[in-house]
Amino acid sequence: METQETKSALATANRRVVRRLLLAVAAMFAFGFALAPLYDVLCQITGLNGKTGGRVAVARPVVVDETRTVTVEFVASLNAGAPWEFAPMVTRMAVHPGQYYQTRYLARNLTDQRLVGQAVPSVAPGPAARHFQKVECFCFNRQKFEPGEERAMPVTFIIDPELPPEVRTVTLSYTFFKLDDAGG
Amino acid sequence: MACNRIARGGVALGSVLAVWSAGARADFAVNMTPGVTAISREVYDLHMLIFWICVAIGAVVFGVMFWSIYHHRKSRGAVAAQFHESALVEVLWTIVPMLILVAMAVPATKTLIRMADARGADLTIKVTGYQWRWHYEYLNEGIDFFSTLATPQDQIHNTVPKDATYLLEVDRRLVVPVGKKIRILTTAADVIHSWWVPALGWKRDAIPGFINESWTLIEKPGVYRGQCAELCGQDHGFMPVVVDAVPEAEFQQWVANMKAKNLPAAQAANGGQPL
Amino acid sequence: MSIAAAPALHHEHDTHAGPPRGLGRWLFTTNHKDIGTLYLLFSLMMFFVGGSFALVIRAELFQPGLQIVDPHLFNQLTTLHALVMIFGAVMPAFVGLANWQVPIMIGAPDMALPRMNNWSFWILPFAFALLLSTLFLPGGGPAGGWTLYPPLALQTGQAFPFVILAIHMMGISSIMGAINVIATILNLRAPGMILMKMPLFVWTWLITAFLLIAVMPVLAGAVTMLLADKFFGTSFFNAAGGGDPVMFQHIFWFFGHPEVYIMILPAFGIISQIIPTFARKPLFGYASMVYATASIAFLSFIVWAHHMFTVGMPLAGELFFMYSTMLIAVPTGVKVFNWVSTMWRGSMTFETPMLFAIAFVILFTIGGFSGLMLAIAPADFQYHDTYFVVAHFHYVLVPGAVFSIMAGVYYWLPKWTGHMIDERLGRLHFWLSVVGVNVLFFPQHFLGLAGMPRRIPDYALQFTEFNMISSIGAFLFGFSQLLFLYNVIQTIRGGEPATDQVWEGARGLEWTLPSPTPYHTFTKAPVVE
Ligand SMILES: [Cu+2]
Repeated sequence: METQETKSALATANRRVVRRLLLAVAAMFAFGFALAPLYDVLCQITGLNGKTGGRVAVARPVVVDETRTVTVEFVASLNAGAPWEFAPMVTRMAVHPGQYYQTRYLARNLTDQRLVGQAVPSVAPGPAARHFQKVECFCFNRQKFEPGEERAMPVTFIIDPELPPEVRTVTLSYTFFKLDDAGG
Repeated sequence: MACNRIARGGVALGSVLAVWSAGARADFAVNMTPGVTAISREVYDLHMLIFWICVAIGAVVFGVMFWSIYHHRKSRGAVAAQFHESALVEVLWTIVPMLILVAMAVPATKTLIRMADARGADLTIKVTGYQWRWHYEYLNEGIDFFSTLATPQDQIHNTVPKDATYLLEVDRRLVVPVGKKIRILTTAADVIHSWWVPALGWKRDAIPGFINESWTLIEKPGVYRGQCAELCGQDHGFMPVVVDAVPEAEFQQWVANMKAKNLPAAQAANGGQPL
Repeated sequence: MSIAAAPALHHEHDTHAGPPRGLGRWLFTTNHKDIGTLYLLFSLMMFFVGGSFALVIRAELFQPGLQIVDPHLFNQLTTLHALVMIFGAVMPAFVGLANWQVPIMIGAPDMALPRMNNWSFWILPFAFALLLSTLFLPGGGPAGGWTLYPPLALQTGQAFPFVILAIHMMGISSIMGAINVIATILNLRAPGMILMKMPLFVWTWLITAFLLIAVMPVLAGAVTMLLADKFFGTSFFNAAGGGDPVMFQHIFWFFGHPEVYIMILPAFGIISQIIPTFARKPLFGYASMVYATASIAFLSFIVWAHHMFTVGMPLAGELFFMYSTMLIAVPTGVKVFNWVSTMWRGSMTFETPMLFAIAFVILFTIGGFSGLMLAIAPADFQYHDTYFVVAHFHYVLVPGAVFSIMAGVYYWLPKWTGHMIDERLGRLHFWLSVVGVNVLFFPQHFLGLAGMPRRIPDYALQFTEFNMISSIGAFLFGFSQLLFLYNVIQTIRGGEPATDQVWEGARGLEWTLPSPTPYHTFTKAPVVE
């Protein structure tokens, strides 16, 4: 028959297993959330989903590569329920890597209410995303619109000369979302 | 007795078949389409290659198994051997499958690399998924329109007979030229959709906020049909894709007609100045 | 939560007593056999609930056009069918089998944490009552698929918070069950029952339990983020706020792929018990079976994105996930080869459990072949989200996981009840099931290849014939399961008495116990040679 000691030793062993496993559960729960920032880092590195980085420093000295011309296409999309008119003012540009360019997107509030919108950039092909650097962009901030207001919103960008040589066309797409109060 | 039963079974089967062919196109398509692009054919070949490899492996493994089931049964007086391991065969059946996998991976990798190369496209079309229709925008031509299911509700609710293209017809088709490399950018306006035409050899998800790049080069004029492939809500089954691939000249004619019909807001092409 | 381990070796007050009587027995039981029974009965009930959803789906798909349900209800039924079958039928059935079998296979008196065992079961009925009640809420139940992809899942109406809560409850239940299995296996093995002597069912469950601990919390995290996006204004998956809906898919499938193995590894274990018994020959390659199981479990963490080849990953990502997925074929192949070698030169008989086991080996392998085809990324661009995928995972889950559960029940039921099953009825059930399941799912391969997307309530005319055949198979398969129910009830109520060994070739500790197993077993640990 089991003695009292073996019983309590077993209870201790069980408690130890439970404690460790609960710790593992907590860690994996946290890991699920940690995947969110990890994923963003991964996107920046790999251009997953054509996500672009945020603002880049302007001061970086760059050499303009006059020998290379890249076509940049500008695309606009409206999310469902975003009551704007939204379009690029220029649909394509021939650019040299290393040179700064500016273009503008035109947006008009189609309602008689004040609206707040947010543009979300995406670049295709994915591997070009991190070489498409925006110095100034209306997508860095929320955009407030008065009723019926029409506005041209600028984006200043530079194509990094390190853009993989096989890329000849880069598409910059903005999707305009309406932010409601809940959405911040 | 047995013959009689078989005969009766045959009659029953025959009448079921008759009912089928009366109501529907007796298609019985059992395989993937080789499609109408170089890529779709490559994908088809890859699919058939893996399929036959699987069939061969299955024939060997199940063959051995059924042989054993037949011969090594107690009712035939089989006496159980007691062996339970063999390093040699265990190593063998780890290594041989590895080699087979490598043989599959090589052509798959090559195809995947070709599919990823969207360079040198002649035109770019942006495809946007909506609940529940598609929006097409020809970026270089400044043409855009929605494409919505054209099958009448009466057919869906079984009050009138169904057309041959039931659920696969739209009010406005995506017209594209054959023999031209077409770059397709997919995105969505609400939830995730997926744009799929089997004859073109791939599908690509349309994700709100992001654009996805893919390409096709259709070799043969024709009408190619597909459907939304990602569950997108109630009418997910009712947002078909219809591609009308036409010769280049006909396509140019179509573009001219479309432009004449809806003169769009003047869009500046090829503009922009360095700062 | 006082998870303080109850002294498990024996309960002084009721060592010799049988079970208490009445409802209280089942509500408050901490006996592993009672809890195992509860799990199995609950799972059987959910199998019929989920199955009836499937039959409505197949009835709607019998012909083109909308006949029985509207598209919104159709989507609710597909979503709930998946959730009920995965979390309500298959997983609890394996937990039930573990509850019954793990202690008596390793010579333990009970599970290590009997009180927690009771809770982990009793959470489930509440979770599923909550989940199924959403069907009656305004706006209906969840209709965005069991994968809950945003933004679509966020369009769910009032049901949404209840669905998330139900998923949390199922997760907590599974995690507690897994902790219990691990503690039991690590701490309560009889003297001499070293790890590498454990029956394979115990081994596969140990590895499954670790998978559960690793991924159920990740699912909990993912659905919590969804909930926060819907109600607390966060933007984990909302592009407008800097999030990304594709990220949900990555997190979900990080859970979801190991989840697939959670539903198949215990099946491998059951089959590895049954085949040697009826071949009257030891399992071939025991050690390699253990290693293969462990490598499948490991690989399951690095293949998740093969569920999402079409989201537009960079080439390198697609290649990585394609290669790692293909690699899983190797350990899986090893298992199949080992089973066939176990049969080789055996002395086989074909009682019902063996029939199901053989059908498992063949039909699971067919599911494995289509899995290998799906691993090939360029071809997956065609297969993805079509009926080919539906056929694939149903081959793995129905004649795979579900057949293994039925094989296990037929195999161990005489031990549990002391009565042999009705063999003739069992064989009839087998043949109807095996014919039904193939008529049901095999044509779905053709449908998918011919271009039919999954999750659609209505389809183009060229898909009519195979859909009809598939629906006929569904009804054949579905109604055949009533034979299983009947056979199980009849065996519980009576039948030819079973010997202690039950099956001529059975080996292992559980077969040294009397049939039916006494309420308390191995209160004194046996010594393994
Ligand atoms: Cu859709």
